Amino acid sequence: MPPLLQLEDVHARYGPTTALRGISLTVGEGESVAVLGANGAGKTTTLRAISGTVKRSGRIEFAGQSLGRRGPESVSRLGIAHVPEGRGTFGELTVRENLRLGAYTQRGAAFKADYVRVLNLFPWMADREGQQAGTLSGGEQQMLALGRALMQRPRLLLLDEPSLGLAPSIVGEIFRRVKVLNAEEGLSVLIVEQNAVVALDTAARAYVLEVGRVVVTGSSEELRRNESVRRSYLGY
Amino acid sequence: MEPGGPLMANFLQQVVSGLATGGIYGSLALALVLIYRATRVINFAQGEMGMFATFIALWLIESGWPYWGAFFATLAIAFVGGVVVERVVIRPVERAPAVTVVIITIGLLIGLNGAAFWIWGGETRAFPSAFSTRAIHVGGVAFSIQDLGVIGVSLAAVGLLYVFFRFTKLGLGLRAAALNPEASRLVGVRVGWMLALGWGFASVLGALSGMMVAPLVFLDPNMMRAVLLYALAAAILGGLDSPIGAVVGGLVLGVGLNLISTYVDFIGDQLKLPVAFAVILAVLLVKPTGLFGRTTVRRV
Amino acid sequence: MTRRRAITLGAQAGAFLVAVALLTVLPHWLGDFRASQVAYVGIYFIAIMGLNILTGYTGQISLGHGAFMAIGGYTTAIMVGHHNVRDLWTIPLAGLVAGGAGLLFGVPALRLSGLYLALATFAIAVALPAVLKKFDHFTGGTQGIQLFGRPGFTGKGYENVHVLGQTLTFNNWLYYLTWTVAAVLFLIAWLVLGGRMGRTFRAIRDSEIAATSSGVNLPLYKTLAFGLSAFYAGVAGSLFALATTFVNPDTFPIILSLYLLIGAVISGLGSLWGIAAGALFIQYVPDLASKYVSKAPGAPSVAYAVILIIVVLLLPFGLTGLIRKSARPLTDRLFRGHNQ
Repeated sequence: MPPLLQLEDVHARYGPTTALRGISLTVGEGESVAVLGANGAGKTTTLRAISGTVKRSGRIEFAGQSLGRRGPESVSRLGIAHVPEGRGTFGELTVRENLRLGAYTQRGAAFKADYVRVLNLFPWMADREGQQAGTLSGGEQQMLALGRALMQRPRLLLLDEPSLGLAPSIVGEIFRRVKVLNAEEGLSVLIVEQNAVVALDTAARAYVLEVGRVVVTGSSEELRRNESVRRSYLGY
Repeated sequence: MEPGGPLMANFLQQVVSGLATGGIYGSLALALVLIYRATRVINFAQGEMGMFATFIALWLIESGWPYWGAFFATLAIAFVGGVVVERVVIRPVERAPAVTVVIITIGLLIGLNGAAFWIWGGETRAFPSAFSTRAIHVGGVAFSIQDLGVIGVSLAAVGLLYVFFRFTKLGLGLRAAALNPEASRLVGVRVGWMLALGWGFASVLGALSGMMVAPLVFLDPNMMRAVLLYALAAAILGGLDSPIGAVVGGLVLGVGLNLISTYVDFIGDQLKLPVAFAVILAVLLVKPTGLFGRTTVRRV
Repeated sequence: MTRRRAITLGAQAGAFLVAVALLTVLPHWLGDFRASQVAYVGIYFIAIMGLNILTGYTGQISLGHGAFMAIGGYTTAIMVGHHNVRDLWTIPLAGLVAGGAGLLFGVPALRLSGLYLALATFAIAVALPAVLKKFDHFTGGTQGIQLFGRPGFTGKGYENVHVLGQTLTFNNWLYYLTWTVAAVLFLIAWLVLGGRMGRTFRAIRDSEIAATSSGVNLPLYKTLAFGLSAFYAGVAGSLFALATTFVNPDTFPIILSLYLLIGAVISGLGSLWGIAAGALFIQYVPDLASKYVSKAPGAPSVAYAVILIIVVLLLPFGLTGLIRKSARPLTDRLFRGHNQ
């Protein structure tokens, strides 16, 4: 069976700056995969290329459909939820409205059931439905973004630097949630992360990017043992 | 008669007729705000779009349509017109600097004004009112039914729009698209269409204010010039970002100007506009984003 | 100086000299009437330059530059019409008065950004005619001020003008006057904007935060830009008053401010090299629209609007954008040829 998501020789650029120089990667059904790399290696752009928020070329296939010419509106409808850099929460809207937006492409009845499910996952949201999302703490906003993504009923979740700017305990909490979603509900996940330790802990496989190319790939176990990965990204 | 009765009655009448014109300013100001929030530009053609729609309404009425039939048909036509304008001339300059988009709307202003002259000529025409010009007397105060009707229609329109934006999924999509287009796309909101719909709704409000003001000032191609300026003033007063601010700004401006021009001889009708804009400048200097302007709460 | 910069400078200097030469001999082929039209082009040229300094270089949008022209125009009209001052002396004075007004307005304008500033300037342009009508003691009210035949007015009216040993018709005199002023102001703008101040202005436009953190005195430079820009508009207004030979509150209507912004956008913001196109557009496109499309009331406006919208859709970055786009491959080729 072909993998759920397959990228082959994908290139992308911002104006004159090339960000991806031929990325190939796969995410299998129910798999959890991490993308590691330094700042500017092309991690974020890889996710943006998948969701269609950057112009790209090359082959991108998801569940047998080509994504190459689709914009983000259409990609999200296929079942890919992208939690972007900076989380993409709507600060002026309430918690409930943010979650409602996640279900934007779903029918009304589906919203009710999914909403209850997300509130069960993050019980604090129930008390703060009417609060402006912009007034939440960083960790709460990240959870809200995750909740919103789940409202999309995704087959694949794209997470961009969920640890950014958060305290270690909250980072741990968020990654635990992701791990549970992956293990128990079979949600496929592609995580871009600078914090390689937590990322390798959560994901089964990983790719390491340098200047827009994949330089190393393997199971998390292999990468942890890899000498240069350890020195550059794990710091021991 | 109680002491100060006639003075008080006159004052109340001025307030009510101020609320009526204020409602008209507020509707058009709300149209400007809707577009500002969606596209980050001022649509200088907003008034002319309303004027053009009002001519269409008059044409329908003169060809035998009942008033309210023509009224709602015009709103529908205005909606389609607004959507088409966005698709055809605004969309292509989406990524251009704001000033370029402003120039396009100025082009629309000039073009629609010219087209109205071309099609219907420059003479002023009477436009029928849905409401009687008689007055009803409440405790010695004579209120014009027309004023009350205009207030009612404006408030109904604003109320409906509020319910739509606040409580429907499409309304939520429209708000989201204006606040954060990129994140909206990621959850499947078709942002391009949301912008077009925003122009459609704004155009409806413009048509509404045109049809409400036409019985008061007569219809001609330049009818909306002054109304647009007052609406701009109202929108700035309330804060370009704030729909509620636009409506409140319109009402405050309508009442305030009516009272000032009635009671302050030096200003009269001649200096109404400069006074309106002097107030605006003063407000901007004290509070650069208007009275209800957004002070965003954001944590990183 | 890099080679590329040297070539660009050389090309610009060449273009300037060719333009000056052309403008000098042009009246030989223009009739008297056309000369006066081209004089107006010169006036718009100056005003658009001023607007471009503000909008194109520091990113502050003004929808009310007609008001600064009005201040300049009325300064000249009051001096010449009421106090018999020789008109030439009032031109720089008009610039200074308008520039002073610009500086004064620039201070509160610091608190405003983007469209709020644009609307504040628009408010001034909207309010000004009514104010001019109200304070008729200075401004002549609705009647305005007549310059025609006043002793300080060169040529008294449409008489021939003797200057530098030449005899010029009144319209040719206007032509040379406006374009001489335009050329001088162009050189000043080129020097100012090409140097440190221009770089500072552009830094402010691109990012106010970045500019401040690299030590730019933001309030000073933004106000300065307003003052300089208003100076240009004031000079243009002064020349406008001389060309129309009278001023009244309708000489500088709101639509003039909008036309100036249209001209600046069509020229291309942030560069001086497309400005003639914007000035020509303001002067000629309305005429062309009524001449060749239809004279029915309203029809020329429709044609004008259609032309305007098409031009803006085709050239969203103005003529300068087009020049840059087509010049780049050329210079690139020049360099590649040189390196090989």
